[in-house]
Amino acid sequence: MDPLSLSLDVPLREFALRVELAVGREVVALVGPSGAGKTTLLRAIAGLQPARGAISVDGDAWLDSARGVDLPAEERSVGVVFQDYALFPHLSVRKNVEFGRRGDAGLLDRFGLTALADVKPRELSGGERQRVALARALAPDPAVLLLDEPLAALDAHTRGEIRGELQLLLRDADRPTLVVTHDFEDAATLASRVGVLVEGRLRQLGPPAELVASPADPFVATLTGANVLRGSARAAGGLTELALPTGELIRSTDAAEGDAVAVVYPWEVTVSRTPPNDSAQNHIAGIVASLVPVGNRVRVRVGAVTAEITADSSERLGLEVGGRAVASFKASGTRLLPHPRS
Amino acid sequence: MRHVFAVAAVAAAAFALAFLVLPVLALFLRVPPGDLVHALGTTAARDALVVSAKTSLIAHAAVLLIGTPAAYAIGRGRFRGRSLVLSLIELPLVLPPAVAGIALLVTFGRLGLLGGTMNALGIHIAFTQAAVVLAVAFVESPLYLRGAIASFENVDATLLDAARTLQARPFRVFARVALPLAAGGLGAASALALARGLGEFGATLLFAGSLQGVTQTLPLAVYAQFEVNLDTALAIGAVFVCFGAAVLLVLKLIPGWTRSVSLWTFRSASSPSA
Repeated sequence: MDPLSLSLDVPLREFALRVELAVGREVVALVGPSGAGKTTLLRAIAGLQPARGAISVDGDAWLDSARGVDLPAEERSVGVVFQDYALFPHLSVRKNVEFGRRGDAGLLDRFGLTALADVKPRELSGGERQRVALARALAPDPAVLLLDEPLAALDAHTRGEIRGELQLLLRDADRPTLVVTHDFEDAATLASRVGVLVEGRLRQLGPPAELVASPADPFVATLTGANVLRGSARAAGGLTELALPTGELIRSTDAAEGDAVAVVYPWEVTVSRTPPNDSAQNHIAGIVASLVPVGNRVRVRVGAVTAEITADSSERLGLEVGGRAVASFKASGTRLLPHPRS
Repeated sequence: MRHVFAVAAVAAAAFALAFLVLPVLALFLRVPPGDLVHALGTTAARDALVVSAKTSLIAHAAVLLIGTPAAYAIGRGRFRGRSLVLSLIELPLVLPPAVAGIALLVTFGRLGLLGGTMNALGIHIAFTQAAVVLAVAFVESPLYLRGAIASFENVDATLLDAARTLQARPFRVFARVALPLAAGGLGAASALALARGLGEFGATLLFAGSLQGVTQTLPLAVYAQFEVNLDTALAIGAVFVCFGAAVLLVLKLIPGWTRSVSLWTFRSASSPSA
């Protein structure tokens, strides 16, 4: 039996949130566009939002509409890290962490908060606030841990470091944990499994690598950072040819017929000034729309395709915004997915 | 032309200020300060001071004790007819005090709505000190409730949710989170309500009368002494000016108090926060 299993039905304004999920002693991330129902799902589990269905934790029913069970939030053993952390502004770090009844004396120490114990939340940095929020949520030793956008309130330059820190803290917490985020990279870093929630439904649930390797639909592919090119597919000489609206042809080793999308990851794409003569079967020529350095790499946007190449290559090629370039990728690195008619 | 208007506007401001300040100053200038202090020593003034202090404190304590949880329930609650409840609470604010006094009389008086029941229980309120307490509570509580409801509405709902997920039961959520976070606004509303209660005249006069040493409060004493001993009336007036100034000073000086709810920017209690 999984420590946390739930089957929920929450009516929202535009659609109903319907999710079935079982979580072991692991971190599961929920990603998806804003308004998909991610926060609502967390609130329903915490007992802060009316819901129908069933939630059971270690065999205890927190919610069982059929039997009329619906524990109030204060009787569910749940730790919540709210978006923007919701620290009590009038209480010191120590008082915040000890607000839950079973205060754990060693907690401040383990979270590196001893020196900040008597400080009020407004004097803390974003990363410190997050640690306080997590320590506070874990202090009563909850059976389930929920985090709502724990990295959204942070500056871009501290985010990476704090994400690594959070990853370790969540691993140490070692209990069923749900993390809501809109960023796939955050989800992939923090979680062992990632669920993609769109309009109240789980589109796909699996390890991050699985979502990248075989996205269930174009939305999941876009979310994982892939290039998604829409066109019309037909079989051609053992491969599949996808005709783009621009007239260009993309070849793939996957099979597809009719409306489809090609999914290509930026790190599978190479960039050159002129069409190269190599094994890559797909070449898309276009104007360089943007050059964005990311660490030692550069994200190059050529026409509708984004490539990720080393900073060295970018310099060697003399790429500049507005110049012409060719993006190339292999047929075997190109996934094809049917495009749902909407 | 533009600077003509600017000069006229400044002149208007100066005129308005003089109009408001001059009568207040006159209270102090008519009689030397020493005589004012001496006039406060008269029996009438001392009796009124005692009656006012006693009735105001009892009424104010009751308003705080009942009004604070009531304002929390209304401020945080989402229920049908909430706007109606808010309007009913504010209604006494716009009533002339004399109307409030009559209303109290026909409710709690011997021949009033609850008079029969209270007679049977041997309770007689009209024209006693209890009547003063009721009158003061009746006129000051809408002011307190309005400010307190707005203060509780301003408390971030997520913080209350966070407390609940930390196993806090409803009273703990109220006492440890909502109350301290609303404290600034509650303090401001409390000070205003206290000042309003101390100044109550019309409702008290009609419902409790003006019997020296029993129901004659400071404002009633001003009116009574006006014909007997003008110095005493002026001295009591000066006490009110000092008290009022102290209340305003406290409201302005304590930043936390004015941040959530101030005298000037009372958020309408009828607009719920998101």
